[in-house]
Amino acid sequence: MMAYIFFALAGIALISGVLVVFQTHPLRSALWLIVNFFAVAGIYLLAHAEFIAAIQIIVYAGAIMVLFLFVIMLLNLRQPEEEAARPWFGQKLAGITLAALVAFILVYGFSKAEVPLAKAAPPGLGNTESIARLLFTDYLLPFEVTSVLLLVAIVGAVVLAKSKLK
Amino acid sequence: MAVPLSYYLALSVVLFALGAIGVLIRRNILIILMCIEMMLNAVNIAFIGFANAFQAIDGQMFVFFVMTVAAAEVAVGLALVVAIFRNRATVYVDDLNILKW
Repeated sequence: MMAYIFFALAGIALISGVLVVFQTHPLRSALWLIVNFFAVAGIYLLAHAEFIAAIQIIVYAGAIMVLFLFVIMLLNLRQPEEEAARPWFGQKLAGITLAALVAFILVYGFSKAEVPLAKAAPPGLGNTESIARLLFTDYLLPFEVTSVLLLVAIVGAVVLAKSKLK
Repeated sequence: MAVPLSYYLALSVVLFALGAIGVLIRRNILIILMCIEMMLNAVNIAFIGFANAFQAIDGQMFVFFVMTVAAAEVAVGLALVVAIFRNRATVYVDDLNILKW
């Protein structure tokens, strides 16, 4: 039963991923990417990562995609993508070949991985309490560094996006 | 019946390669940024799959940090897109072929 739900969600994620890559208008890509994020959130739920699934929807499908849509509409790109000034068809072939090579290397690496047998989840795995306990004990330093990173990103975004400095 | 780890890893690889194709063949810088987000998501699926298989919560912590870095990256990246569009009036990466002007 779980496997069927997984296949359905994975199918949605892959189809919407293909549509993200091959849409001509960035707005449509962004909307399909939201579908992709929801399917991935469903996969997180299947893997007993309930808190991660919630923040996937809140942070990715909520905050990040709103930012994307905001910028797409701000730039007002109403026309479809225009032709390249210097079309070079080898570029697409090379890109797809390189991506296939990356996939092959990843499959090779994963096939070498020692795969443990999946066990039944103990109660509490993935809920907010256990994540918070780990976040404020073992992962306290990365957590603090993350807050500094976000502060730097805020300052950087404001400095970059505002008009000319006087 | 639980989902085996290899399914998660297969989905992760395919989504990652799909995002890589998008980054390499598209010209629109916004779609390239979206494909980078998709690649980060693919990595997160692998982390969650391993966390599920090992019954350890550390994989979920890493997903948490990846999401934070992705949010920061999008904020800075989109600010760069806006700044480039203001200066050059283009969002196509092959129009940005000089390092200085």
